[in-house]
Amino acid sequence: MISLLTRDMRLAVRAGGGFGLGLAFFLIVVVLVPFGVGPQSGLLARIAPGILWLGALLACLLSLDRIFALDWEDGSLDLLATSPVPLEGLVSMKALAHWLTTGLPLVLVTPVLGVLLNLPAAGYGPLVLSLLLGTPALSVIGTFGAALTVGIKRGGLLLSLLVLPLYVPTLIFGAEVARRGAEGLAYTAPLAMLAGITCGAIALLPFASAAVLRINLR
Amino acid sequence: MELTVSDLAVARGGVPVLEGVSFVVASKEALILRGPNGIGKTTLLRTVAGLQPALAGDVSMPSEAMAYAGHADGIKSVLSLRENLEFWASVFGTDRVGAALDAFDLHALAARPAGALSAGQKRRLGLARMVVTGRPVWVMDEPTVSLDVDAVTMFADAVRAHLAGGGLALIATHIDLGLSEARALDVGPFRAKAPMLDDFDGAFL
Repeated sequence: MISLLTRDMRLAVRAGGGFGLGLAFFLIVVVLVPFGVGPQSGLLARIAPGILWLGALLACLLSLDRIFALDWEDGSLDLLATSPVPLEGLVSMKALAHWLTTGLPLVLVTPVLGVLLNLPAAGYGPLVLSLLLGTPALSVIGTFGAALTVGIKRGGLLLSLLVLPLYVPTLIFGAEVARRGAEGLAYTAPLAMLAGITCGAIALLPFASAAVLRINLR
Repeated sequence: MELTVSDLAVARGGVPVLEGVSFVVASKEALILRGPNGIGKTTLLRTVAGLQPALAGDVSMPSEAMAYAGHADGIKSVLSLRENLEFWASVFGTDRVGAALDAFDLHALAARPAGALSAGQKRRLGLARMVVTGRPVWVMDEPTVSLDVDAVTMFADAVRAHLAGGGLALIATHIDLGLSEARALDVGPFRAKAPMLDDFDGAFL
């Protein structure tokens, strides 16, 4: 299982792997928003938590269809399905690799991009904390969507439509934590909800992903 | 060690293609499945490999004993040949990369990125993966496509070595493999007679 993780990480980082795609998209969104909104620092500060969360979510979405599509095309998925690694373990490792190559870098650059959006100083901690807790859920839910659409050529559109509604709760509570933090309010309740969503997704969705993968491999 | 297939019926895309397939492959034995295109050789192998459910019948073999090689080799083009094999070695928990490189004469290519290999070399890498798995039951689909004469001999030798080590092999092909001692089974007579499954949607039409 560890070798699966290291292989996926290595493939993501090497040429054509798609590492940095989400990061570049996130950067572009956040850099362009101030131009679109105009030079009103008060307004920017107010929308910054929401924009950063939305940017991170869309950046995550961008790389989802690569999770299984490449392994499907070159036949590795069939071979992995007949290997000693259980499919539940495979999808968990895929989700973890996706988070490490997409979610975690997004979390790490967010404080820098927060400056561009004039995020209030009090908001940095809660924002990073909420992204750190929320992005694993995005990867796990996204892996489920990718498993559902594996084998469909150019399934990216269908994948986005399937996954977006599932992302809504994470976005609501994640952005709420960031907003309350930025306004100096207590944010324990939405943070607990966010953590609950993430834990639930990590605990349950690998089984669902493995089940739909089994059906899609037929 | 024995692979027993009894009264197996398989379907592709909801249409039954083969039924009543029965055979036994014992240890140290290879069985070659023959038949025209579209008869269902690949479907049969995927069912034996557990990638799709059977319509009827049973496949029995010891658990965790099977290694499958399909039409696609599952090669990652940005990894080197050796890295590809090492990945599968760690997935299957073996250390047979050296033996696999020997068997298919891949030492000179080991450091090359797999994307830079020719079709035949990729195929040899895909077959070397079977050696790496160290599993006793080999289920292979058209293993010698795009191989030259020398490589087919290498493959035949690798299969013989595998059989001599107590393994068994089930191979679908319509090309001569150079495995004259292997039994052949023509799956043509098992063609399914029922044209369609009782499809659920039919009730609404």
